[in-house]
Amino acid sequence: GMESGFGSDFGSGGGGGGKLDPGLIMEQVKVQIAVANAQELLQRMTDKCFRKCIGKPGGALDNSEQVRTGGRSGDPRPPSSGQPLRLCVPQKCIAMCMDRYMDSWNTVSRAYNSRLQRERANM
Amino acid sequence: RSRRGGTGRDRGDTGSAMDAPSAGLGGADPQLQRFIEVETQKQRFQQLVHQMTELCWEKCMDKPGPKLDSRAETCFVNCVERFIDTSQFILNRLEQTQKSKSAFSESLSD
Repeated sequence: GMESGFGSDFGSGGGGGGKLDPGLIMEQVKVQIAVANAQELLQRMTDKCFRKCIGKPGGALDNSEQVRTGGRSGDPRPPSSGQPLRLCVPQKCIAMCMDRYMDSWNTVSRAYNSRLQRERANM
Repeated sequence: RSRRGGTGRDRGDTGSAMDAPSAGLGGADPQLQRFIEVETQKQRFQQLVHQMTELCWEKCMDKPGPKLDSRAETCFVNCVERFIDTSQFILNRLEQTQKSKSAFSESLSD
């Protein structure tokens, strides 16, 4: 059964009256963990690909439109869909770097998993 | 592109890692307690993958190309193994130097 320390109301498996549904909590926690992991990945990937692709950063050009996503003078709104982003970065380098970072992440994940299984087998 | 990771699979720690007991978390609900144990382990795995990817990238990736070539891939695999070896060595040696009467704990209490 689903008796727990949360109180006597709940455990009706999603029917009415449950104050704290542990199933729901678990799902929410899983989502939050997934979000946190995605953020972690994004942060490290951005760091690495910035280092790989951006040399000495160029400053803003005369035409300040070049460094803004909108591309229209002073307009900070992002371009409507379909228009390419006018960002002053080497986009191909960054895109390739992102893919290689994911490949690396997956390789490391597999290698670590193998090592763990080997450790367990030896215990 | 889907990411392979710890999700949905149970992972453990390497070697003599210090497992924090999760008793007390989740209260009396064994299902919740088990959930917390499993998720904690999965997170430890994920964190280490993040950390090792970052470190090994520095050692193994010179210029990102159109794909991960086999030399780079081998480098990453070796790097993971060496990292775990390093980690285990450090833990073991710390344990030993703490056991032996001398240096370590005395120098810490200075």
